[in-house]
Amino acid sequence: MATFIIRRLLWLVVVLFAISILVFLIFFATPGVDPARQMAGRNPTAATIKNIKHEFGLDRPLPVRYGLMMKHIFISRDLISYGSHTKVIPEILAAAPVTFSLILGAAVIWIVFSILIGVAATVFRGTFIDPLLMILALIGISLPVFWLGEMVNLVTQSRAHGFFLFSWVPPLGYTPLTQDPVKWFEGLIFPWLTLSVLYIGFYARVLRANLIETESEDYVRTARAKGLSERRVLMRHTLRTSLITFVSLFGLDFGVLVGGGALLVEVVFGLPGIGYLTYNALTSLDLPIIMTTVIYGAFFITLASAMVDLVYAWLDPRVRTA
Amino acid sequence: MAEPLLEVRDLKVSFRTEDGIVRAVDGISFTVNEGEVLGIVGESGSGKSVTVMSVMRLITDPNVMYQGEILYKGRNLMGLSKDAMREVRGEEIAMIFQDPMTSLNPVYTVGWQIEEQLNEHNSLKKGQAHRRAIELLGQVGIPKPEQRIDDYPHQFSGGMRQRVMIALALSCNPDLLIADEPTTALDVTIQAQILELIKDLKRDFGSAVVLITHDLGVVADIADRIIVMYAGRIVEEGDKDQIFYDPQHPYTWGLLGSIARLDRPRPRRLTAIAGQPPSMINRPAGCSFRPRCPQAFDRCKVEDPLLTDKVGSGHLDACHLAVEDKHARRDATIHPELAESA
Repeated sequence: MATFIIRRLLWLVVVLFAISILVFLIFFATPGVDPARQMAGRNPTAATIKNIKHEFGLDRPLPVRYGLMMKHIFISRDLISYGSHTKVIPEILAAAPVTFSLILGAAVIWIVFSILIGVAATVFRGTFIDPLLMILALIGISLPVFWLGEMVNLVTQSRAHGFFLFSWVPPLGYTPLTQDPVKWFEGLIFPWLTLSVLYIGFYARVLRANLIETESEDYVRTARAKGLSERRVLMRHTLRTSLITFVSLFGLDFGVLVGGGALLVEVVFGLPGIGYLTYNALTSLDLPIIMTTVIYGAFFITLASAMVDLVYAWLDPRVRTA
Repeated sequence: MAEPLLEVRDLKVSFRTEDGIVRAVDGISFTVNEGEVLGIVGESGSGKSVTVMSVMRLITDPNVMYQGEILYKGRNLMGLSKDAMREVRGEEIAMIFQDPMTSLNPVYTVGWQIEEQLNEHNSLKKGQAHRRAIELLGQVGIPKPEQRIDDYPHQFSGGMRQRVMIALALSCNPDLLIADEPTTALDVTIQAQILELIKDLKRDFGSAVVLITHDLGVVADIADRIIVMYAGRIVEEGDKDQIFYDPQHPYTWGLLGSIARLDRPRPRRLTAIAGQPPSMINRPAGCSFRPRCPQAFDRCKVEDPLLTDKVGSGHLDACHLAVEDKHARRDATIHPELAESA
């Protein structure tokens, strides 16, 4: 197990290195992209642009610029944003807890509800409940998250805010957990629900398909022949093996989201997380922030896939020796 | 005579499908006495497995329809509630399946799976189930059971997995053990070991055994009585010697003729039964075996033969041929080389 973890960590470093080079080349070596011109404001003189280039090291060869950027990100941690001229690393560190809060809460909701719905649909197969749940799931998958988010805001923030059901909803934004747990929860509950709708629908459908497939396995028949209750057969035998696909999906989605994939939800709900930061950086072509958030995101995605492998080994003993 | 352990009365099992109603089992009756070994023989699709799966009520297909009675110790299993049926399954009637590679759950240790069953049917103290599981694994011939108990199914070979399945089935001392083609997925040497094991354990545990197979050779050694099934019906039933030495139904002759035998004067090509089993949706008029039967005559086309005792001595068969008429025809089917040399 120890060698497995070490191997995974080394792999993580290799992947991150490759990604950083790729991203660097995309943003800095693509013709037509000139951050100096971007920063110089309207109608800059050639001298201004040259000054800026020199100031930010943009006039040096590409490999040197890559090296400098990595040094600023990882070693001196004082990379300066082109747009706001603030340090990037503290900005990311401040944004990360917001994203973590959003994703962790949403993940809990979507795991619980997708398992409930997937299992319920399987148990009630042959009745109207199964197709009803599956249609609801499909609707959940089909709703664009930015639209859903705006609709939720429209209802809870303006139209029905006076209504007693929604009068407690705080204005858009984020309150740190350490500052006020109740406000933290209140501010996040609708973003959580909005974000999890898509995943509940998707995971419930995947789980149902897996459960039905596993139902026809010989070992499920064996479990019945042992005289176990239907409930035990479902929980201990069918569900357990069906969760293997579920877990691998979850790991990857979770990694993507923590890495900034919840951009739309963060923007719609005004949550200053990694996605929001990336969004702003993209609109102003703030390359240092883009570089850093991409590397940050890649880190979590690779970490999540390593975690998936570990959970896999726990769920399926056949993987352990391989 | 004492009440039989299991009595199946005119069991019909059919499935609704898009093409019509498939009559998988079409009115069969048989009994299993305590401590007896009953062999059920027939080719794929003859309704053997459906019959025993119905006894266990393990068919989960929502389109299944049953008729008839299955009496176990006088109780009709068809009428039992789900919970009452769970008490029977595993504890009184246990089952071994065809494919040991897929019949055990891959994510639990074999010990866990045996202990699960023990705990389901008995109130055991902590550690008791574990000790019993080790004991069972030892009884079915798994070396070093106290170590192997913590292994997962994929760490066992096919034959060893079938031994685990047998240990699982015997864990609650069932009165009836149903083995559905227990050796089909195993290679020949392992087959013999598993059959030997079932025989020994039957003696030790005193369970009755219903052994299903498509291979008459498998039941030759172990069965007391044999039922031959064809197209969802019983075509011949008798004790082992009757079936092997005085078979009455041409289908049984065909089965016997397709076994490779080492005790014959000279080797020959094995004869197969020509043709395919009939459709279970539209059964042909008359005898179901007629289209494939070399002995068929006019009566077979119109009249469905009944399963009756024509020979006497409790040997039942469903064939229109007269008993005296059968001998010459039979030898030509089963031992063509003997007929030639004569």
